[in-house]
Amino acid sequence: MAVASTYRDQHFKGSRVEQERLLSQSSTLYVGNLSFYTTEEQIHELFSKCGDVKRIIMGLDKFTRTPCGFCFVEFYLRSDAENAIRFVNGTRLDDRIVRTDWDAGFVEGRQYGRGKTGGQVRDEYRTDFDGGRGGWGKMIQQKVATSAANN
Amino acid sequence: MSRRKRDDGYEHGYRKRRRVVSEQAEIEDRLESLIIRVGDKTSSSLESNLEGLASVLEADMNTYKSKILRILSECPIQMPEKCTIYSTLVGLLNAKNYNFGGEFVEQMVRNLKEALREGQWESARLIVRFISDMVNCHIVSASSLLQLYDSFIDAAMEQGVPQVRRDWYMYALLTALPWVGRELFEKKENDLERIMAAMEGYLRRRNTAHVAALRVWNCDTPHPQEEYLECLWAQVRKLRTDEWQERHIYRPYLAFDSILSEALQHNLPVILPPPHTASTQYPLPWVVFRMFDYTDCPEAGPLLPGTHSVERYLIEEHLHQIVTRHHNERKELATQLLAFPQRNKIPLEYMIVEVLFSELFHMPSPRYLEISYGCTLIELCKLQPSTMPQVLAQATELLYERIDTMNATCFDRFVSWFSYHLSNFQFRWSWDDWQNCLSLEKDHPKAKFVSEVFGKCLRLSYYKRVNEMVPECYSPLLPPKPEPYFKYQTEGGNSLPGATQVQALTELLRKKPTPEEVLELIQQLPNPLKDDDGDMEPSHNPLAIEVFVQTLLHLGSKSFTHTFAGLAKYHSVFKNICENEEAQICMLRQVYELWQHHPQFLGVVVDKMLKTQIVECCAVANWIFSRDMAPEFTRSYIWEILHLTIRKMNKHVVRLEKEVADARAKLRAAPSDSESSDDDPNRETGEKRRRTVSNKDTPKDGEEQPTEEMVERMEERLEAAQSDQKNLFLIVFQRFIMILSEHVVRCDTDGKDFNTFWYQWTVGRLQQVFMAHHEQVEKYSQTLETLLFTHDLDSNILDTFRQFQALRS
Repeated sequence: MAVASTYRDQHFKGSRVEQERLLSQSSTLYVGNLSFYTTEEQIHELFSKCGDVKRIIMGLDKFTRTPCGFCFVEFYLRSDAENAIRFVNGTRLDDRIVRTDWDAGFVEGRQYGRGKTGGQVRDEYRTDFDGGRGGWGKMIQQKVATSAANN
Repeated sequence: MSRRKRDDGYEHGYRKRRRVVSEQAEIEDRLESLIIRVGDKTSSSLESNLEGLASVLEADMNTYKSKILRILSECPIQMPEKCTIYSTLVGLLNAKNYNFGGEFVEQMVRNLKEALREGQWESARLIVRFISDMVNCHIVSASSLLQLYDSFIDAAMEQGVPQVRRDWYMYALLTALPWVGRELFEKKENDLERIMAAMEGYLRRRNTAHVAALRVWNCDTPHPQEEYLECLWAQVRKLRTDEWQERHIYRPYLAFDSILSEALQHNLPVILPPPHTASTQYPLPWVVFRMFDYTDCPEAGPLLPGTHSVERYLIEEHLHQIVTRHHNERKELATQLLAFPQRNKIPLEYMIVEVLFSELFHMPSPRYLEISYGCTLIELCKLQPSTMPQVLAQATELLYERIDTMNATCFDRFVSWFSYHLSNFQFRWSWDDWQNCLSLEKDHPKAKFVSEVFGKCLRLSYYKRVNEMVPECYSPLLPPKPEPYFKYQTEGGNSLPGATQVQALTELLRKKPTPEEVLELIQQLPNPLKDDDGDMEPSHNPLAIEVFVQTLLHLGSKSFTHTFAGLAKYHSVFKNICENEEAQICMLRQVYELWQHHPQFLGVVVDKMLKTQIVECCAVANWIFSRDMAPEFTRSYIWEILHLTIRKMNKHVVRLEKEVADARAKLRAAPSDSESSDDDPNRETGEKRRRTVSNKDTPKDGEEQPTEEMVERMEERLEAAQSDQKNLFLIVFQRFIMILSEHVVRCDTDGKDFNTFWYQWTVGRLQQVFMAHHEQVEKYSQTLETLLFTHDLDSNILDTFRQFQALRS
């Protein structure tokens, strides 16, 4: 268990082999599906149940610099991060099921959303209404806005 | 299981041999798989599977004997619930092949001796049980088994060795009896009686001082909390009154009785328990956790086996073994628990919940992470939504009801678990049912439980949420809004001493000054401790500390990250103005003042200050016990902070101990033996140096061969650290003794009963220090006895120490 998902960072600077190596040694986790309102404190409280947390880096909207629903959690020990994948992944934080995955390591710049409108890519294209993540997906919001403008 | 590829370099024969070898490996793997999977769900009956497999193994015996011996000897230990299946299989093989039976017995004896030597007590115990079961299958003679039992009893009677050692030999014997008791009763009744008499004598003479420290509740109603050995003894005695008729264990060998009884038995060689050495570690004792009895379970359903029935013991052991096997995979664990083989005969959910809570509340500490039990219970609720949540709710109610007598350590775990559980179920709970706690005083366990749960729920959610989740009547117990308290911005705040400098510093900090510039401003502050004549240099400037710490932390109060950035950037200022313990305690007071309404933030800041060595462990300990903190003394967060402090110290020492041990080992190895570490980051040229984030948490990897001088320096550092650690424990225990003794004396003078809630909490917290850090405290046990826990001490305080000592005696 505690195996990385099939996600691989497309913007990773380095070879695939290098990425795999870092993932297999990492003690940093990506945490996704957070509410925009979930705080560092809440994340710290939950993940501390798996071991000493070294650092939490909140994922931020590229333009507004406000949380956009993901973060990185760095542990001191990889074994603690493994436990977070075993026991936190798929459970709730702020009433939402959160997802954890191995991350190759935080690098400055990776805390920003890569979606066109500044948040995460997934919030560009999703078609559901998610009150904790800005409501409708960005594309839908835009469509609504343009059709309202046309009428 | 690795395929051995022979590298002999002869090309023409290589391929041919390679094919043969890989064929061999394939067959070996298949045999292994067959053996491992025997008894698992198949279409044919177990008996025909066993017969078939016995024939297959017998046929392959010549070629694959060592492999078969190895797997067959390991399986019953790896899969203890299939003990009787493997004994039957070996019994059938023995009936076909007497020599194989003999070799197998030798293998088991070898394994037992090794397990005893290596201190692998659980394996050893399971081997003893398996060997006993082998008597049922006519592989081993009853008389030689009795010889083994006699040597165990001798070990239990040995003088001058720790009781935990003697206990283990008795325990191993007792846990084997459910399997072989009946057989011994039928064939060797007198010997069996003799053994039972010896056990009875042993148990009567035993010291049970440790029990008080290991109990979850400090009273015996409604369920007596029995010491594990005494409980098992009661269960085995009851089995004896039933003439050793045991109906729970599935015994496939009964179907093969005619074949097996024809077989020739082997005698066990003499097995002498290895002698005790000072470094041998024995398992710690425990108390059997009971929260349910049959009246708690639905009337219409299956009956909960009685506390002293052997069935109860066997089922619980099996459930614990399932946890052992799958504790890292919560979904699999939940599935396997619910798929328990005899689930229709027992109130399964109740037994699962009791077993999981017994692990969560285990003293001194649970064997796995607390959160793993929490999320397993969540998985169980998902898989069994019509029954599990209700049983869990019932369990929670029971625990709440009995919380008055729960020890402080378990209280914390209960709070932590319940708030975590609620956070996964939208914080829904029948709070109305607990309204009785509102009329109790704040330190009453029920009221405290509810308020602490609210505090933890707040950490996992937010202020508005917690207020919304409970009826309004609960507001007295709700935590305050978790915000910084910056007194300079309150009513009349700008006339407080230092207020103008706070303003100035705030403005300066916004311009991102250097630490030197900040220090310059701070040092201009007058020192209220200075005498008018100014000849005595005070140890610190409390005003400077107050202004600097509160201003900086207030500016960084937005998040942990902001605060950490401030601590890092102005680290040198901290080091400058907080050189000594007095200054550090003053600083901690300032941190507390700012974050008094947000205990989580307070804890995180203190933790970071310890980590960056802005503050020393002893300063934190002394601050916690200071008069200022007395009003907060029974709040759980105080003890969170104390324990994180002690843990930091412990981790530091353990790390240094390991470094020294590793270095010494390297030094002892031949000097020309220069091992190249392939993953040494320093060897990879042109690459940014990365921290090795594997199991080591030291940034440096073992780069070069250490010199004697280096090792000596390491040892000096270790000694200094151990001295700091001892000092920390001495401070903590001494302060406990002082504060408890003062309380008792004061109550005496006032003619009041000293046994207040405060007193009970404080004794509980003292106990918690012993239990949470028992391995490290153990090192200083002698010192503690000589210096602190002396005879003249109040008996309640002294008892806590004696109970701790009794853990390993």
